[in-house]
Amino acid sequence: MDWNIDFTGEFFAFFLLAVCAIAGAVLAINFTKVVHTALSLAFTFVSLAGLYILLQAEFVAFVQVLLYVGAVTILMIFGIMMTKHQSEGREPGRPLLETLAAIGCLCLFGILFYAIRSASFPAPEAALPEDNVASIGMLLYSAYAIPFELVSVLLTVAFIGAVALAKREEEQP
Amino acid sequence: MSMLGSYLTLAAVLFCVGLFGVLTKRNAIIVLLSIELMLNAVNLNLVAFSKYGAQPSLAGQIFSLFSMTVAAAEAAVGIAVLIALYRRKATVNVDEYDELGR
Repeated sequence: MDWNIDFTGEFFAFFLLAVCAIAGAVLAINFTKVVHTALSLAFTFVSLAGLYILLQAEFVAFVQVLLYVGAVTILMIFGIMMTKHQSEGREPGRPLLETLAAIGCLCLFGILFYAIRSASFPAPEAALPEDNVASIGMLLYSAYAIPFELVSVLLTVAFIGAVALAKREEEQP
Repeated sequence: MSMLGSYLTLAAVLFCVGLFGVLTKRNAIIVLLSIELMLNAVNLNLVAFSKYGAQPSLAGQIFSLFSMTVAAAEAAVGIAVLIALYRRKATVNVDEYDELGR
């Protein structure tokens, strides 16, 4: 069978990081303790940052480590610490629902894989510029200035909303 | 299969694993984490197309930066809602969050 893969160094690096990412995700689904799940997903996020570096997206990789590994995972661990998980792993399983969900996910993956295999992607016309980070900064403050400001408003709203939601409600006199 | 196809396949695998977690897990925190995994798979697609697409440009990377920001906001609000719900019902089991359906 001709898989049409050229075994270059980039492909080996991609293969290693992809195996790490998939292993982290699958283990995260299989672990019974919630903390193990969170740490395993952090491993997946680090592997994805490595893949971004392979794709010449250094700034995105840096933001991935800072935001996902540093902020989202720690936020989830705080959420785990503030809630009780004593009944974890002791609920009865739901084989029917899990089988149906697995079949659905496999069907979705089959459709996606078939579409990817049968699509023909034209070869890239040019290469990315060398100094990505500087170009991203220039673009963010020129062409994408309005979305950038909107995102800052969204972050402020989400911050205030999170504080207001999680605040303990006052006792009514 | 070109490198672009490999990246798209990896993103599809991660997305399907995240979807399976969302559909089957009962712990609300694991459901939130699985949603983050699905968002990450989509980001990988965006960044892969920004290098290997027909016209490589930085637009894909900038889109993925915006989607990461929105995902961070979503995680913060999600955890806040979860803690407010936990204070009320003393459980993180999503099967018991059914006030709207009653």
